Amino acid sequence: MKFLPLIWSNLKRRKLRSALTLLSIVVAFILFGVLCAIKHALAGGVSYAKANRLIVRDKVSIINLLPETYKERMKRIPGVAAASHQTWFGGHYQDQKNFFMQTPVVPEEFLEMNPEVTMPEDQKKAWFTTRTGAIVGKSLADKYHWKIGSKIPIQSPIWAKQDGDHTWEFDLVGIYESSLKGADQALLFRYDYFEEARQVAKGKVGWYTIRVQDAQRAAEIAKQIDREFENSSSETKTEPEGAFAQGWASQVGNIALITASIMGAVFFTILLVTGNTMSQSVRERAGELGVLKALGFTNNQVVTFVLAESLLMACLGAGLGLLLAWALTARGDPTGGMLPLFSMPARDLLIGAAIAVALGIVTGIFPAMNAMRLRVADALRRI
Amino acid sequence: MSTAATNGALVHVDNVEKVFQRGSEQIHVLSDLNLTVPKGEFLALMGPSGSGKSTLLNLIGGLDRPTKGTVSIAGDRVDELSDRKLADWRARHIGFVFQLYNLMPVLTAERNVELPLLLTHLNKAQRRKHVETALQVVGLGHRMKHYPRTMSGGEQQRVGIARAIVTDPTLLLCDEPTGDLDRKSGDEILDLLTALNREHGKTIIMVTHDPHASARASRTVYLNKGQLSDKPLL
Repeated sequence: MKFLPLIWSNLKRRKLRSALTLLSIVVAFILFGVLCAIKHALAGGVSYAKANRLIVRDKVSIINLLPETYKERMKRIPGVAAASHQTWFGGHYQDQKNFFMQTPVVPEEFLEMNPEVTMPEDQKKAWFTTRTGAIVGKSLADKYHWKIGSKIPIQSPIWAKQDGDHTWEFDLVGIYESSLKGADQALLFRYDYFEEARQVAKGKVGWYTIRVQDAQRAAEIAKQIDREFENSSSETKTEPEGAFAQGWASQVGNIALITASIMGAVFFTILLVTGNTMSQSVRERAGELGVLKALGFTNNQVVTFVLAESLLMACLGAGLGLLLAWALTARGDPTGGMLPLFSMPARDLLIGAAIAVALGIVTGIFPAMNAMRLRVADALRRI
Repeated sequence: MSTAATNGALVHVDNVEKVFQRGSEQIHVLSDLNLTVPKGEFLALMGPSGSGKSTLLNLIGGLDRPTKGTVSIAGDRVDELSDRKLADWRARHIGFVFQLYNLMPVLTAERNVELPLLLTHLNKAQRRKHVETALQVVGLGHRMKHYPRTMSGGEQQRVGIARAIVTDPTLLLCDEPTGDLDRKSGDEILDLLTALNREHGKTIIMVTHDPHASARASRTVYLNKGQLSDKPLL
């Protein structure tokens, strides 16, 4: 600790240079944090996936619908505990930018399939008995200031009612919460109302969620389900919920690769910038390092000073950058509904801290070795 | 650590040779040089530029090693110590005063003087007490919080001397301490060095070009072409 003022003073030696280097590290770590949040938002469904849940969709494409009658046939397959279905509604509220997930479900089945979703009993009853009733997640309700009894008009470009109108009006009867962070941003309405009112594709649904009795047998049951519908007009593809979420996220591209590529380029640049700053800084004060050695400081102590300096610079910049990234992402989804899981996971904070330490060591090690090799008599001649 | 016979002297330089290699050329800076400095002496080392004065000072201060011969300070064979032990030895035994002061520009006077004490086991309060005493000895007790850039050359050199004496070293090595100062400031520094020698018993070896400075020393030796003599070469 007694050496800290000396290390700190050296960072203040060239204030502008240190500030600019620090700023570039801060920006790099803000970018890191925001990219981590985007990656989490796009692939977040994977982490929420349950091992005992399977998703059944059309074998060719998710946009092809499946017969609603499949549900009973699936339930008859040994090992299947429950089945429920959802359908992509793709609507928006008032303005196209107010986009969020909407799907018709069978209320009882949905709540049984998703125990992480909770809401008061009286609201559940209201949903079971109100044909045009819908429930929304608490975050969504807060965002649009909806209350129980609100009328919510949703414009769906996909689904028209029998009179050709694309505006569907729902009565808000429940506000649910979810134990999964960011999973309370959907509007769920009754399938029977949807089925009766829609103009086309009657008797068809988007995909099924299956809960199996034994997670160990999930793969085997998935094969059985697909075999059940082989050679039918709508063959199925059954996969674990995690794989389905991964496939969904992959439609955007290989998010991990994209993120890693951008971050690789950014950190490589930062490595060069910080490394150059440190090398310059050590070169400029070769004489002073020689004086320290003349006073009795050992080579190892001089190496430690230089490394500590670069570590301090990297950690300070990274700390500020991660803090700002955390503050930015903590405000939630900046897209108005496209990225409901937009937040920076704590795990990425730790990864960021580890990157900062590595950055400090890598950028400091070569100047530190040069400082160590410096001969006192030669260094004093440079002054 | 081997011990040389000291014969009551603090510094023993015996048959020392120093050769620098520059490309394929060998430059003999010091040849078969002998020097003995008794404890408490104020020795001036004079000679023309390139005569090897600073090289000899570096050898005595353990900043460099002789090509041949031995250097003993207070019984310690300096030329035989490892780099690590040599650094520890310098911290305990040598106080350096440089021509260009060599203060850390980013540290205040007190922080500069404190530097050698960071290598000791003294706590913060003890270090502060030592720093205050050293700065008071050089007459700068009132400028502890000042940075070198806000001080005159003479004041900076006094901070440099405070840094050199703060650990109470065995030997003070001064490399042209007045070389960058005007006559008045130079005289003040020489007064200070003389006081340190006479009142505090410090052994001082001072390299200088200036006869006016060497006149303050108790003995002057002359170095020319790597050889020492008691008289200047004409």
